[in-house]
Amino acid sequence: MKVSTQWLSEYVNIDGVTPEELAEKITRSGIEIDEIEQRNQGVTGVVVGYVKHKEKHPDADKLNVCTVDVGSGEDLQIVCGAKNVDAGQKVPVAVVGAVLPGNFKIKNAKLRGVASQGMICSASELGMNDKLLPKDQQEGILVLPENTELGLPITQVLGLDDSVLEFDLTPNRSDCLSMIGAAYETAAILGRDVKLPAIDLIEAGGSASEKATVTIENGDLCSHYAIRYISGVKIGPSPQWMQNRLMAAGVRPTNNVVDITNYVMLECGQPLHAFDADKLGKDIGVRSAREGEVLTTLDGQERKLDPSMLLITGNDRPAALAGVMGGLETEVTESTVNIALESAKFSGSSVRKTSRKLGLRSEASLRFEKEVDPSAVIAALDRAALLLARHASGSVAHGIVEQRSGQIQEKRISLSLSKLNAYLGTDISMLEVKAIFARLNFKCADSAQDIIEVQVPTRRGDITRDVDLIEEAARIHGYDNIPTTVIEGPTTPGAYTKSQAVRYSVRRTLTHGGFHEAITYSFTRPENTQRFTAFSAGTHAVPLAMPMSEDRSVLRTSLVPLLLESAQYNRNRKNANLSFFEIGKVFHASEQKVTVQPVELTMLGLLLTGNRADGTVGAASRKVDFFDLKGAVEAVLDELGLQAEFRADAPDGFHPGRSASLYLTSAPSKRIGVLGQLHPQLQRDYDLDDTYAAEICLDELYASATPEIEYRDLPRYPSAQRDIAVVVDLTLEAGKLIEVVRQSAGELLEDVSVFDVYTGDRVASDKKSVALALTYRHAERTLTDEEVAASQQNVVTQLEQTFAAELRK
Amino acid sequence: MRERLEQLKAEALEHLKSVADAKQLDELRVKYQGKKGKLTEILRGMGGLSAEERPVIGQLANDVRDAIDSAIGAHNERFEREETERRLASETIDVTLPGRKMPRGAVHPLTRVIEEIEQIFIGMGYRIAEGPEVETDYHNFEALNLPKDHPARDMQDSFYITEDLLMRTQTSPVQVRTMEAMSGEVPVKVICPGKVYRRDDDDATHSFQFNQIEGLVIGKNIRMSDLKGTLLHFMQELFGSDTQIRMRPSFFPFTEPSAEVDVTYKKKGATEAGWLEVLGCGMVHPRVLEMSGYDPEKYSGFAFGIGVERIAMLKYGVDDIRHFYNNDERFLEQFARQ
Repeated sequence: MKVSTQWLSEYVNIDGVTPEELAEKITRSGIEIDEIEQRNQGVTGVVVGYVKHKEKHPDADKLNVCTVDVGSGEDLQIVCGAKNVDAGQKVPVAVVGAVLPGNFKIKNAKLRGVASQGMICSASELGMNDKLLPKDQQEGILVLPENTELGLPITQVLGLDDSVLEFDLTPNRSDCLSMIGAAYETAAILGRDVKLPAIDLIEAGGSASEKATVTIENGDLCSHYAIRYISGVKIGPSPQWMQNRLMAAGVRPTNNVVDITNYVMLECGQPLHAFDADKLGKDIGVRSAREGEVLTTLDGQERKLDPSMLLITGNDRPAALAGVMGGLETEVTESTVNIALESAKFSGSSVRKTSRKLGLRSEASLRFEKEVDPSAVIAALDRAALLLARHASGSVAHGIVEQRSGQIQEKRISLSLSKLNAYLGTDISMLEVKAIFARLNFKCADSAQDIIEVQVPTRRGDITRDVDLIEEAARIHGYDNIPTTVIEGPTTPGAYTKSQAVRYSVRRTLTHGGFHEAITYSFTRPENTQRFTAFSAGTHAVPLAMPMSEDRSVLRTSLVPLLLESAQYNRNRKNANLSFFEIGKVFHASEQKVTVQPVELTMLGLLLTGNRADGTVGAASRKVDFFDLKGAVEAVLDELGLQAEFRADAPDGFHPGRSASLYLTSAPSKRIGVLGQLHPQLQRDYDLDDTYAAEICLDELYASATPEIEYRDLPRYPSAQRDIAVVVDLTLEAGKLIEVVRQSAGELLEDVSVFDVYTGDRVASDKKSVALALTYRHAERTLTDEEVAASQQNVVTQLEQTFAAELRK
Repeated sequence: MRERLEQLKAEALEHLKSVADAKQLDELRVKYQGKKGKLTEILRGMGGLSAEERPVIGQLANDVRDAIDSAIGAHNERFEREETERRLASETIDVTLPGRKMPRGAVHPLTRVIEEIEQIFIGMGYRIAEGPEVETDYHNFEALNLPKDHPARDMQDSFYITEDLLMRTQTSPVQVRTMEAMSGEVPVKVICPGKVYRRDDDDATHSFQFNQIEGLVIGKNIRMSDLKGTLLHFMQELFGSDTQIRMRPSFFPFTEPSAEVDVTYKKKGATEAGWLEVLGCGMVHPRVLEMSGYDPEKYSGFAFGIGVERIAMLKYGVDDIRHFYNNDERFLEQFARQ
């Protein structure tokens, strides 16, 4: 809402307060002022002049030489290029010494040899916003009304010495969508009085009830509908002062009737609509539209109506969309003589629905949506009728034709002073509280000890309970005057839950290992939900009802595709070596057509691509591989104290020979993760080099994670180390070898690990040599060579028998 | 014999003067002091000396040996020192070459901010509450005093999935779920961090996906002044101990009274700190308490919400919100410091 301070000062005295100070005070009291607009863009020395003569310039077809009286006693000769300049006009004249916006100084000049003592100005040369000018003022010089006083500064005529405050209203403060509302707010903040405009309406001519009837069919969507009948109007421009105020408020002047309805809406917050009464017909109805009905609205669009929309009808024919927009057919035009002026209270939600459905938003619908003040319906109607009589020569018929349901009642709310102070942590006295409500123009009366009864004006529909009154008191008292205190009562321990602590330590483990944490979007393209389905198989992806784009139209079902897209983004920027992880949710629905909340799983995603040790002097750079990824997964498992198995597998989306599924040893039938090289086909699709990815369901880890450190005593006796190398089938998994070693070595075996795998000339092409390091130890004594040798022998025998392994000597 | 010894000494010392390297030195040592050397040769004639002469000549012979030894020793030391110097010179490395990289990954800047705020509130006795990102209309709106058709729903156009399910537009539904789970017990002291989604065209300062942290306290006699005290402490922990805050009245459907909070903040290049809006807050609306099972006549509470991206942008001077979601390695790696 744009609030002209000049206009505002008609209702409340703002003397002695600069617009900047006022803006600051209003902002600190709850309504942000985004901007202070100066209507005067830098105009000085421009006055009203009278064009006495106009002659053609002797040497230029398009120029005129004008003799202009600016009331200084001496006529000026001014060369003017505007087509519309003519003798007998009142015009703005920038005399020598005047300044126009852009610091354009007016000097004595010669145009094609003819002296010019100034300049006749157009509205835009005066810095006025083209878009807000009446259509006839958008081109050529600005022609002022004939009765404009000669010599008057143009800034005064056009109301340019005005600062406009832009109120950024929160949805609850629709009362300030009017100048009077803004005046009440300003008055409360400054502690001054509000002066309302007088409505001294004179009714003349016949009775309105003879000219119109009103029938509301749909009372729950329209609680009050009122018509005044104004006859004999003369359509013409509205007075300059009214046009000035409309433009200050950002509304373009049109003609006196339209301007008056807009002016009163801005003044009172009550939208009005003027029908051409002769086209509307006598019987005015308020009813829901019927299936198949159409209405061409003021903007020339034909609208298909449905029964959810509320209509105003004339003799049962659609005439306007209630509260949203009028119909073209009943529009006030140059030839209109009689007017049916509507003022009503329509249901906010009904107007909101209709305006949404049709994509039609207007100043009127904006106000109805937020519920207009029921008390303003008649006040605004009378105020507009008065102005139509005054500025459109209208004759206002006797009486109002109306139908309404219910009574307008001011709410009474009890407020306890002790609750107010306990709620705010303040120590405000009853006297102060009463003074605050007096400033707000809320009546209050003592009810009981500590309790007052506050009567809330109907314009403040947002105030319904005592806490709303507490807020009013607090904001006028000043939030700065609320002290800062510490919560009283028992202290509570704060801590992460186990799952939060797990995620915290997973992050640390991975960042210490050189992984950067990525955060990707939860919305993705549908193809991405068809890939990496290890965890989503048998479920459905969740689509958004109205996505912003196809690329972000469904909820992700796996983190991997999003990480791959991040890798793509980086590759396009020559960041080739990436180690990323992400912790985030994926969404799986059990139903095709979603009706309940989908399952949300918290996943850990990992991505590796490019080289290790790139750019390091003296270290061999090499491509990352499966085992870099596996090492990272193992570090995470180790951090959480978890034992897990990696089983060769070909999960969806992965290279079938270079991928695995992950199982907790404690729950060997439940897959908790997948890892491996991206399938070469997908690598091509995403245009990536060799890329490795993993996805682990963290929800499956929380329960068995033991992040505490488990200390073991250091061994007291030495270990015995034995290495063996066996030649086995190329396809035999090292894990199987180790399993047999463990089973056959006996209790003395402390550890066994693979330290080399050889394939090549020295073994057959379908064989490999695997080197194993075995560590034996006894907790209470030193081992003898014989004991170790016996265990070793057993191991070798078992390997030979199980895998036809051949011991390499 | 005496003359021969003196002459030998003079000759040896003269030879040693011009020795050039360790090898020559060793040759000379063998020549004079070796088992078949000149000195030994002379001393073989000791047998022919008288008993009086023998100790005198013996002493002289020792002196000659010591003198030659000492000269050889001095040379030896010099050669060793020179050898060491040569070796060290040959082993010199270029210390300006880069060190071998130790892996250093970065926690995402948004996570950093969330964790920092979590730590501040854990220190004040809060727990961290979490909830689903796909919410019911009831939890996201209705239970927060935003019935269907409420004009304030305009403020946050949402991503709906069905008429009743949507991507949460705020983390406030977690507050509702917390209250439901606590079923009327006090005190409630939680913060709820998480992703939220609003229909917004992405630009430098808007993102359809962003993170929020909301806080909720419910108890007996919770006052607006407690909210102010809590937020002052929070902001001083986050932005430095000389930070000041101010509250401005505002509107949120789920709080009454409501406030926006500005903090003193010095922008890059500014000479003075100005006020900057960073969070919204208020006293929990009695309707919200009622709907989640708390009697507003017995209990009161406060709530606040802060945007994580905005704080991260302020703290690190990031000027484009999209950087947080592009995952450009050059962006992320800058946050590797602990």
